[in-house]
Amino acid sequence: MSNRITEWIDQRFPLTSFVKHELTGYPTPRNLSYWWNFGFLAGFVLVLQVATGIFLAMHYKADIALSFDSVQHIMRDVNYGWLLRYMHSTGASAFFLVIFIHMARTLYYGSFRAPRELLWWTGQGLLLLLMATAFMGYLLPWGQMSFWGATVITNLFGATPFIGDQVVVWLRGDYTVGDATLTRFFALHYLFPFLIIGAVVVHLVALHTVKSSNPSGINLADKDNIPFHPYFTAKDFFGLGVFLIVYSVFVFFMPDSLIEPANNIPANPMQTPNHIVPEWYFLPFYAILRSVPNMVGGVVAMGLSVMMFAFMPFLDRSRISGGAHFRPIYRLQFYLFLLDMLVLGYVGYVPPTSQTMLIGQIATLCYFGSFFLVPFISRAEERWLIRRGLPQGIITLMESEAQDIEKRKLKQHLRKGDKHE
Amino acid sequence: MDISNIPPGGMHTVAWQGKPVFILHRTPEQIKAAGTSNGVSDPEPDSQRVKNPEWLVVIGVCTHMGCVPNKEGPGWVCHCHGSQFDDSGRVTRGPAPKNLEVPPYRFVAEDKITIGKA
Repeated sequence: MSNRITEWIDQRFPLTSFVKHELTGYPTPRNLSYWWNFGFLAGFVLVLQVATGIFLAMHYKADIALSFDSVQHIMRDVNYGWLLRYMHSTGASAFFLVIFIHMARTLYYGSFRAPRELLWWTGQGLLLLLMATAFMGYLLPWGQMSFWGATVITNLFGATPFIGDQVVVWLRGDYTVGDATLTRFFALHYLFPFLIIGAVVVHLVALHTVKSSNPSGINLADKDNIPFHPYFTAKDFFGLGVFLIVYSVFVFFMPDSLIEPANNIPANPMQTPNHIVPEWYFLPFYAILRSVPNMVGGVVAMGLSVMMFAFMPFLDRSRISGGAHFRPIYRLQFYLFLLDMLVLGYVGYVPPTSQTMLIGQIATLCYFGSFFLVPFISRAEERWLIRRGLPQGIITLMESEAQDIEKRKLKQHLRKGDKHE
Repeated sequence: MDISNIPPGGMHTVAWQGKPVFILHRTPEQIKAAGTSNGVSDPEPDSQRVKNPEWLVVIGVCTHMGCVPNKEGPGWVCHCHGSQFDDSGRVTRGPAPKNLEVPPYRFVAEDKITIGKA
């Protein structure tokens, strides 16, 4: 019976062929490690956030007189409202954790290199959409931290030359963060996840065009690819199980550990809490913002710190593929970068003193320095590694890539010659 | 608003355009201290910032990132990043670039001021 229905659909819509080609039979490198699970996990958390978010939106009121109380109403009166709320707030942190690990995997294994640049840049766009969504969502409970975080960050747009002050008022809908701001942030917070879904589709189309990289860094022969189902559906579901265990520990046993205590106080525009701090996933960027003594400089530095990742395909000049796998210096740089992010996160969290400011400034310099040094270090490292001797697989790959570049150059040259006729 | 019930040295905070406005009833010592310097990072004589030196009216929003400073000792301290302002609302330290903004206001009577219209 279901076969007849499937046949009926297949005559009108490429359902079976799509599922076979892009999902169950999709060729995947056999050596993918668990670091490749995180893309799927990110998609799962997106679905989780949209689902919990929509049900929360059925009970939430986006009016400054009602919002804080509506969240309390959800926590206390709505059936399983407490679960929805905690799943959504924990889910936001989980989303960023998964995405950061996903990005770390890409940086480590060099999966941003040709031909995967667009994959990396669509991912970059997704990160920006996610950060905007999270920022707007955080205002909605209308707590002290929500209000003051929104005040500080919308103030930053005042750094825009000439029209800065007008931009801030336009953004907020009023001279200060108020009812107009809350209403529009709610509307946009509801919208953006659907833009994210669209961008994820684009991201996946890019992925299916260039196919996954793999931990060895070498393009595997066709025979070394295995069908996605059942091998990686099983691996993804196993990873999902582990993720859900960690997630559930937070949701059911320590949900308030991720909620700032000051946010349990309704917003008071007349009084700033002694210690304004953003959610953990924004801390390194907040530290970079505060490290520059000049306001415009701080905003520029913070914006650049997020956008720097986009330049990686151009910065990495080494022709050795596989990222950190075969390149010990790149690996060291990667670990130092991770350490730097942790230092920046700490600096972003603690109240600023002259010592933490100094540490923050050094860490900011190291952050940007890591990116700027990549072109030079990668070239020097390549020369050193070639002298030291590379595994045969890499040598073959580099030679064939060099041949491809030569062939392409020759074709262009000949085509140009034809044009002159 | 009626300022008759603010004692010398006392401060009142009112909301104007959604922002807090500090109204400080300055003692003679505070007036003298404010007159001795022009402020540190954003020089401006005290006389230009007040209509009546006994009363300081400034918008209580730190010119750095918009937090509300707390009245502490002489002047205000902003706990977000450590900016300090003196008893004339001028920035004396810390990442804030400018003095506290003076809103348009006027005395409609000896003990009443209207904020919003100079």
